[in-house]
Amino acid sequence: MKYTQGKYLILNKKTVAREIYSFTIACPEIASVATAGQFVHIRTGNFTLRRPVSICGIDKAKGTLRIVFEIRGEGTAEISRLNEGDVIDMLAPLGHGFTINPDYKKVVLIGGGIGTPPMLPLAEAYGKNATVITGFRSADAVILQEDFRKTGAETILCTDDGSFGIHGFVTQPFAEIAAKGDIEAVYACGPMPMLKGISNICRENNIFCEISLEERMACGIGACLGCACRTVKNDEEYFSHVCKDGPVFNAEEVLW
Amino acid sequence: MADLSVNICGVDFKNPVIPASGVFGYGREYEELFPLEKLGGIATKGTTLNRRTGNLSPRIAETPSGMLNSVGLQNPGIDHFIEKELPNLLTKDTVILANIAGSTVEECVKVAEKLEPTDVHMIELNISCPNVKQGGAAFGTDCGMAAEVVRNVRKATSKPLVVKLSPNVTSITDIAKAVEDAGADAVSLINTLLGMRIDINTGRPVLRNNVGGMSGRAVFPIAVRMVWQVANAVKIPVIGMGGVSSGRDAVELMMAGASAVQVGAAIFTDPYAPVKIIDEINDFLDSKNISSVRDIIGTVKPW
Ligand SMILES: Cc1cc2nc3c(=O)[nH]c(=O)nc-3n(C[C@H](O)[C@H](O)[C@H](O)COP(=O)(O)OP(=O)(O)OC[C@H]3O[C@@H](n4cnc5c(N)ncnc54)[C@H](O)[C@@H]3O)c2cc1C
Ligand SMILES: Cc1cc2nc3c(=O)[nH]c(=O)nc-3n(C[C@H](O)[C@H](O)[C@H](O)COP(=O)(O)O)c2cc1C
Ligand code: FES
Repeated sequence: MKYTQGKYLILNKKTVAREIYSFTIACPEIASVATAGQFVHIRTGNFTLRRPVSICGIDKAKGTLRIVFEIRGEGTAEISRLNEGDVIDMLAPLGHGFTINPDYKKVVLIGGGIGTPPMLPLAEAYGKNATVITGFRSADAVILQEDFRKTGAETILCTDDGSFGIHGFVTQPFAEIAAKGDIEAVYACGPMPMLKGISNICRENNIFCEISLEERMACGIGACLGCACRTVKNDEEYFSHVCKDGPVFNAEEVLW
Repeated sequence: MADLSVNICGVDFKNPVIPASGVFGYGREYEELFPLEKLGGIATKGTTLNRRTGNLSPRIAETPSGMLNSVGLQNPGIDHFIEKELPNLLTKDTVILANIAGSTVEECVKVAEKLEPTDVHMIELNISCPNVKQGGAAFGTDCGMAAEVVRNVRKATSKPLVVKLSPNVTSITDIAKAVEDAGADAVSLINTLLGMRIDINTGRPVLRNNVGGMSGRAVFPIAVRMVWQVANAVKIPVIGMGGVSSGRDAVELMMAGASAVQVGAAIFTDPYAPVKIIDEINDFLDSKNISSVRDIIGTVKPW
């Protein structure tokens, strides 16, 4: 099985920041095949289109997945009204996730805002070999810090307004770490300008870099060609599809 | 269990449900979820002579009870389709409708010629594309242009030719009659309606292409009306689509005059929509003691 669609029980719901929610969902067949960087496609209300949300936790033993999402419009608001004991309709797991190499001894994970959740399964995979840099608008938008600390990774926190942690963008501490050398891989998810800045630093320092992109989606599985993004491989420019070829791409292949 | 089979232009369909062109690719992604054999047929992604890259993103927008798309006919070209996709599709026990398009009459003819030696069951000619030699107006918006492209494609193929009509016209019955006279074996309708959304926070259209094709539940009443009018205006069979999302919708469109239905946007909400619709049509017929789905085609009793 690659992916499946069904209605799954929400075991746990938490508010992790203002208008940001965490769901733990019982879905053994999805959890058994899901990998870091993949996403779930959620049906909600009377909307024609499903809403894509990254996987933030995979517990294969318990058969559960975790998602963390922010209210951004009517669809995510509708999803946020679900409660423990309700079922959630998901098509999952979808997409192509991050490349995890157990031999890497030093990796950096970078999450910006609501792009932070997909970094957590990576932190769990790399543990103390990972440095996690996360950035948020302000203190009240900070999420998942305790979860990252539990993985054994080193954590660096930034806020745009300086209300918590380092005052500034994630690219500042990252540029300093990158300049010291010996980083084997960088993984990032967040707003486009942040991803662009990170991939530039990685290119200059010759570091392997994977980024997770977003695009508006319909089918979520590669059939409708709705979620195109411009990419390049062997000097040839072509459209990739975020739902199937991504959401995770090698930063070198993305045309900004 | 009612008899769900229908026959369109001499081609037998085990049931009247067909995923619409552009939402189903070449079936590979949905085959992970259900066997393609369950379907009456499959309308493949619109194919042009050469590879087309399509429009920039965003290509998708949500609308009340529907959606817009501006994929822009991204496809790998007819040779790739014939070599890499069609052989796999033809191993499935279901009717394959090759949806084709072009920006000139010659391009449409060449694509049809390339399909002639293959075993594809039917051709569905999409005439909603802009005719670059006629100032970019869609073939399907002018009776003369529509008839010309159909007449020429007709000469190039001996396969059953279904012509897919655009709803963005003043009188869809005039276009339907024109393509019937030009040699179409059937018509399918409706393609998407031209629409637009604007993000009021940025003042920018949601779609990078500014405008796009609207489909989904919101267009269903328009589809019912157009199918009914066209079915009354032509003698050739009509394949209906536009907003079908349940077995009841399918029954309604068939009562309006459709011999089969295609399912588009509904598959994005529920990937199993086409197979559920087949079961729901059967349930409806059983509940009314109707033995064959053919007995409901065109049975609306207008006031
Ligand atoms: C692969 C992927 C992973 C994601 N992971 C997360 C996550 O872990 N947590 C989280 O909070 N958000 C995530 N998002 C963003 C999330 O999908 C959007 O915030 C959500 O779709 C907004 O829906 P809405 O109805 O609330 O907003 P509206 O703006 O009303 O949505 C209108 C339409 O636009 C689409 N849309 C709007 N914003 C986005 C966006 N940023 N990306 C893609 N489609 C969008 C919607 O899906 C919908 O079809 C992810 C997006 C993608 C593509
Ligand atoms: C994403 C998308 C892509 C489409 N691509 C094509 C296409 O390539 N050729 C074509 O004839 N119609 C295409 N269509 C139109 C559909 O086949 C169908 O006519 C229309 O969507 C109405 O049906 P619906 O309301 O059930 O979606 C496309 C529709 C969608 C939503
Ligand atoms: S959303 Fe359909 S191809 Fe990606």
